[in-house]
Amino acid sequence: METAIRCRGLVKTYDGKVEAVRGLDLDIEAGECFGLLGPNGAGKTTTIEILEGLLPPTVGEVEVLGMTWKGHERELREQLGISLQETRLSEKLTVRETLHLFASFYHRPASLPEILDELSLNEKADARVGTLSGGQKQRLAVATALVGNPSILFLDEPTTGLDPQSRRQLWDIVRQFQRRRGTVLLTTHYMDEAERLCDRIAIIDHGKIIAEGTPAQLIAGLSGHHVVEFAIQSNNGGVGDEIWARLPGVQSVRSEDGLYCLRVDEPHHTIPALLSAVQARGAQLAHLTTRQASLEDVFVHLTGRHLREN
Amino acid sequence: MAVPEVQIEPEKSKVATVTNGRWAGYWALLGARMKELWREPEVIFWVFAFPLLLALGLGIAFRNKPADITPLAVVNNSHAQQVVDLLERSASKNAIHADVVDEKTAFDKFRLGEYALVVTADDSGLHYRYDPARPESVLARSQVDDALESASGRTDPLKTEATESSEPGARYIDFLIPGLLGMNLMNSGMWGIGFAVVDMRQRKLLKRFIASPMRRTDFLLALGSSRLLLMLIEVALLLGFGVLVFHMKVEGSLLAILLIGALGAVSFGGVGLFTASRAQKIESVSGLINVVMMPMWIFSGVFFSYERFPQIIQPVIRVLPLTALNDALRAIILQGASLSSQWSQLAVMALWGGVSFVLALKWFRWS
Repeated sequence: METAIRCRGLVKTYDGKVEAVRGLDLDIEAGECFGLLGPNGAGKTTTIEILEGLLPPTVGEVEVLGMTWKGHERELREQLGISLQETRLSEKLTVRETLHLFASFYHRPASLPEILDELSLNEKADARVGTLSGGQKQRLAVATALVGNPSILFLDEPTTGLDPQSRRQLWDIVRQFQRRRGTVLLTTHYMDEAERLCDRIAIIDHGKIIAEGTPAQLIAGLSGHHVVEFAIQSNNGGVGDEIWARLPGVQSVRSEDGLYCLRVDEPHHTIPALLSAVQARGAQLAHLTTRQASLEDVFVHLTGRHLREN
Repeated sequence: MAVPEVQIEPEKSKVATVTNGRWAGYWALLGARMKELWREPEVIFWVFAFPLLLALGLGIAFRNKPADITPLAVVNNSHAQQVVDLLERSASKNAIHADVVDEKTAFDKFRLGEYALVVTADDSGLHYRYDPARPESVLARSQVDDALESASGRTDPLKTEATESSEPGARYIDFLIPGLLGMNLMNSGMWGIGFAVVDMRQRKLLKRFIASPMRRTDFLLALGSSRLLLMLIEVALLLGFGVLVFHMKVEGSLLAILLIGALGAVSFGGVGLFTASRAQKIESVSGLINVVMMPMWIFSGVFFSYERFPQIIQPVIRVLPLTALNDALRAIILQGASLSSQWSQLAVMALWGGVSFVLALKWFRWS
């Protein structure tokens, strides 16, 4: 496999004190969709902007398509499609005019009708950008990145603030691009997005990679990749966490607002034991669900925090 | 059997990829900029309608009209009728309107400006009450004095003669139109470049542009070109308005006027770009733009001649870019001066534009 993006020892320090990125190595293969997953402020945007050649790293090396940014900027820009976080395109121009403008910057742009078609913007082609919905604006932003026929697509938080339908539409666009052997690097703080869309993921926290692999690998890496969640109603006061930890197959216990989360290896052994333990204490179950462990659980396991914390 | 092949051809050509030439980006940026401007109602108003309204309003307010009739109060006493009779006999009886009123009314209304002069006649002669700070009062005093003295039989030892002259070219509106044109070129250069650039920076559009293969020089060239195109319209509108509505006479060559206008537009574009080189928010650049423009509104002779300011600050006033632009426009439009006679003004503008453009490029932040 050929490497599309490679960086070593990336460090970015703002004003000589704030360390946004603290030593990052990445190898992104051509044709894969790679996700940088992490909470807000983890250093995702700084990292992706360094890779996009928009920010110089304080220390570290970046190679994109085998080239460094220094001395190959024009060549690289012709081959990259970049969608920044929150760009507000000119509201007075139409969708078609905006795409025409961005296409004009590339030596060999894609054909506009095809792009409009692919991103389902045909009906809105002659509408002013100011009249578009959030999802349509975001699709247009991605369209301005795709209009240059890129071999790598960079998306910074592409679905933040979008409704579920618009998010799914964007995921389809990314998959379509990947099917044409395109490489995708995206940042997100949505674990479901990373899980469904990305071939590989790096979880970033405080400017460092704390885990890397395919979503399945990361989840399998957890001891106990099933989660049992339950709540109880009890007449004789609170019940200590310790008794749940002693149930068979339980790897860890967390409780939040009266909801218990057990990470277990084999739910079919744990659940009968849980039921009898509840009964033995004269309490009743108010809620019980089981699910596969998710990247969220991986993140909580690694950091003790949730991805999206208030 | 050739038919199916022929049908396939157009299908192929539709999918064929376009190849963009060197200047495709520049033309697309210029086209987009002009469309944006054209679709912004505020721009249309401030750039085109506002200066015309200003010219119309000021042109009407300061139009050359026959001298006003002097309102005069004669204090009612036994000598009042004598004064009125004398005025009736004088040559300027049509230019003076005299009311005979009691002293209190006369003084009250004089204070309010309804009378320009109060005359009190008694045995010893005439007494004038006038205000040396009011031009019309000073004028009324000498006018009424002259009328009364000559009607009483004064003979003037020196014979004088006067010719009336209010030719187009010497009127206030003639002075005003080139000044408004200069001011408009400054306003639209500063706002059209300075504000637009910071707005695009704040919207992260500049950053998005440089994330594409767009050439940065194309972007700046397109901004400058859009200013030149607008300049053409601004010059045509204001001069055309002056000629059609106020019968203004354009003495100099149109080409010279356009060249001066182009230099002015580019020069203020450079100053605008410099003002906007680092600002992150449109609020802060708005303040900066006003700070830069304010002295020129006042000192550069837009609405009145800057000769009125003290001699000591004249050298400073003369090196302001708007002063140079206004002087050059007036010399060419009103006096038919040649472009080469304006070299010092051209040099002032070129220096301001050039130096600020170089500094702007040095400091410019794309994100």
